[in-house]
Amino acid sequence: MTNNMSASESLKQSTEPLDVERIRQDFPILQQQVNGHRLAFLDSAASSQRPQSVIDAISHYYENDHANVHRGVHTLSHRATDKYEGAREKVRQFINAASTREIVFTRGTTEAINLVANSLGEQFSKGDEIIISHLEHHSNIVPWQMLCERTGATLRVIPINHKGEILIEDFLAMLGSRTKLIAVSHVSNALGTINPVADIISAAKKRNVPVLIDGAQAVPHQSVDVAALDCDFYAFSGHKMCGPTGIGVLYAREDLLKIMPPYQGGGDMILTVSFDGTTYNELPYKFEAGTPNISGAIGLGAAIDYLQQVGMANISAHESKLLNYATTAVEDIEGLTIIGTAASKAGVLSFNIDGIHPHDLGTVLDHQGVAIRTGHHCAMPVMEFFGLAGTARASLGFYNNHEDIDQLVNALHVAIKMFRS
Amino acid sequence: MNSAEDLKALYRDTVLEHSRNPRHCGRLESATHSAIGHNPLCGDKVTVHLKIDGDRIEDIAFEGTGCAISLASASIMTETEIHHTVDEAKQETDKILQQFSSTQDNAPAIEGEMAALGSVRQYPSRIKCATLAWKTLEAALSDDAQQVTTEK
Repeated sequence: MTNNMSASESLKQSTEPLDVERIRQDFPILQQQVNGHRLAFLDSAASSQRPQSVIDAISHYYENDHANVHRGVHTLSHRATDKYEGAREKVRQFINAASTREIVFTRGTTEAINLVANSLGEQFSKGDEIIISHLEHHSNIVPWQMLCERTGATLRVIPINHKGEILIEDFLAMLGSRTKLIAVSHVSNALGTINPVADIISAAKKRNVPVLIDGAQAVPHQSVDVAALDCDFYAFSGHKMCGPTGIGVLYAREDLLKIMPPYQGGGDMILTVSFDGTTYNELPYKFEAGTPNISGAIGLGAAIDYLQQVGMANISAHESKLLNYATTAVEDIEGLTIIGTAASKAGVLSFNIDGIHPHDLGTVLDHQGVAIRTGHHCAMPVMEFFGLAGTARASLGFYNNHEDIDQLVNALHVAIKMFRS
Repeated sequence: MNSAEDLKALYRDTVLEHSRNPRHCGRLESATHSAIGHNPLCGDKVTVHLKIDGDRIEDIAFEGTGCAISLASASIMTETEIHHTVDEAKQETDKILQQFSSTQDNAPAIEGEMAALGSVRQYPSRIKCATLAWKTLEAALSDDAQQVTTEK
């Protein structure tokens, strides 16, 4: 696959089985023993691991090219700027945005959402409504609650059913003349539900309501095409897609970014500054105050190169098969309940075992070299809906294999034996 | 921290037994003092109720759900502190919280029933499970009506 192939084209490509053992060789961190066992890393929904090429790209940048961007006339500054802007172009291609003016680098998904809440959202007032869903991560709840407190706007929440699926009819009934923004996740981090974002966006478009998609859990696992989706905002994080921490992306439609006020003030986001007033820089720099995370963006660019080389369609197919394998493998375990059984799911397996608290499960599994996340997954309302304090969550990356799942299942049996005996 | 023995040291039989059959677990209608504690990392919540008569804890109970470590800790706490004076309970709570905040290899051994939970100190992410009930007791004893969290 070439790098200039758009995301929509790659989706149409036929898939080929991943050579997962070869891929695993690209990830140095997976080559270790943890607590005397082979590492089965099943916590990619919290943060993925990085291939050597991403680590090398960051090292190479610091060893050879670092200087501040958009400023110097010297060679290193040019190189750093070219690489930083080159990464922006890679992001643009990866999600099929129309222009790099629509690609704003942020610290992550959380900052991208806060940017929209603090910029576009400041125009909202009493009586206006923002719609989110019951499935959201705290980062797509709290910024809107804070905005509602500031502006008097009202937060509406799309309910879910016991499979962990959004009730689309309830959403359609909620959508009205007061709706000013819809902010929903593409994929639920806690349950893995793939939300019907295309349906949500098309309903919103009929009423000219902008839609923000939290894509943190979608971008690493499936091909995303913002043009095909026709969303207004799409937010995601580098560290969940084999890139560095501290870098993320806000895709936003150019006409919206033009009318939105800056989020933060500082260097780089201005054209001229005087004490009589300041003129703001062009897009996307108007929204990138201060020296950006240059190495983070370059690392993200390298991660995109790597993902495209593997192929997003291949990644989706592999993870989907592995999720089925894992689901079948744990279903037979006595007392185990899978939380989140949506018809359409990405690589997340959230579950509880009768009589064993998720935290204890996490510790016992860690002793067997199995890394999972336990707790509320920054989605307390989801846990509340299911009447749980938390769950154990195994989440998949394309570098996971059957052995990882078998190791998980064996470790679960060890835990059950220990706590039930 | 890598063998089955280490795991067994964390989940001693005493700990598992307390977690399966926690003592003084439930409401306390006659409570004079109560406090709620949260562990935001795992979402666990515990409420500690005290019936204080004069300077003595006449009765004690806790409510909540949690992992084996936090249930065992809460259960042992109620057994340890029932019938103690408020001052004794405050001193003992101080001592326990201090002992569990020391993760050095040469940290002083923990005395009494809580010694069963001593290995928790080798698991930084689990120490808060062991201290939640005690922090909540501390709040209940100090008449602090505010909710406490393990993050403070």
